[in-house]
Amino acid sequence: MNIPIEYYLVLSAFMFIVGVTGVLTRRNAIIVFMSIELMLNSANLTLVAFSSYLGNSVGQLFVFFVMTVAAAEAAVGLAIIIAIFRNKLTMNIDEINILKW
Amino acid sequence: MNLEIILFIVFGGIAAVSSVLMITRSNPVISALFLVLNFASLAGLYLLLHAQFIAVAQVIVYAGAIMVLFLFVIMLLKPEHDKLFSTYPQIKKFAVVIGVLIFIQLVYMIFITKPSSAENPSLQASIKAGTIEQIGLELYSNYILPFEAAGYLLLVATIGALVLAKKKFE
Repeated sequence: MNIPIEYYLVLSAFMFIVGVTGVLTRRNAIIVFMSIELMLNSANLTLVAFSSYLGNSVGQLFVFFVMTVAAAEAAVGLAIIIAIFRNKLTMNIDEINILKW
Repeated sequence: MNLEIILFIVFGGIAAVSSVLMITRSNPVISALFLVLNFASLAGLYLLLHAQFIAVAQVIVYAGAIMVLFLFVIMLLKPEHDKLFSTYPQIKKFAVVIGVLIFIQLVYMIFITKPSSAENPSLQASIKAGTIEQIGLELYSNYILPFEAAGYLLLVATIGALVLAKKKFE
């Protein structure tokens, strides 16, 4: 417990911002998904840091639920990417614009 | 400089650098492998925070299962090397500027509120909170309903993934 909790929070904020930048700049749908996973993980780091510093295990319980949701999201999202790739033969999200008008 | 600070610098540095490398590589497979490195170093940070169960779950669920799924899909579909970033070049500049601004804002907020001054961390409580015994006790007493909901969510996700990815028979 020699490290102030601010260091963990700054690291987590940095990883979150990197994830946001990845979602905004990259055009490959799978990389966008991986950036979202990075953002979820930075939130997990914050939860675990506060849980550990407060001596309360509920924060780590929520990390467990976030992992469950991330697993479900990855399975469904990758299935959607496969379905889109089968129809349009692309993973570039600039070209997947059938919901735009 | 004791061991805890050295380990934090090592794991945190690996996590930060590998996350930046992840979004800048053009090959999606390399990108996914950097994300695995990032998850592994995060597991080290969780161990440093005395969260044993979460560290093990991170390695098994994230670095193992989810990333294998990602790599499987990347290798199943045609990897694209052609266009790294968007066709609109100003989006990249915009995203970097916005990212730096929000990061500065977050760091300012973290250091102005000083969360470390409000709490007095005790090593014993922290170690006790991270054990699987304590987490399981919470999970099966106060949080039993969210636990069941998570189970149903996984069931629905499995069925949804199968329905979405299966071949259409005309």
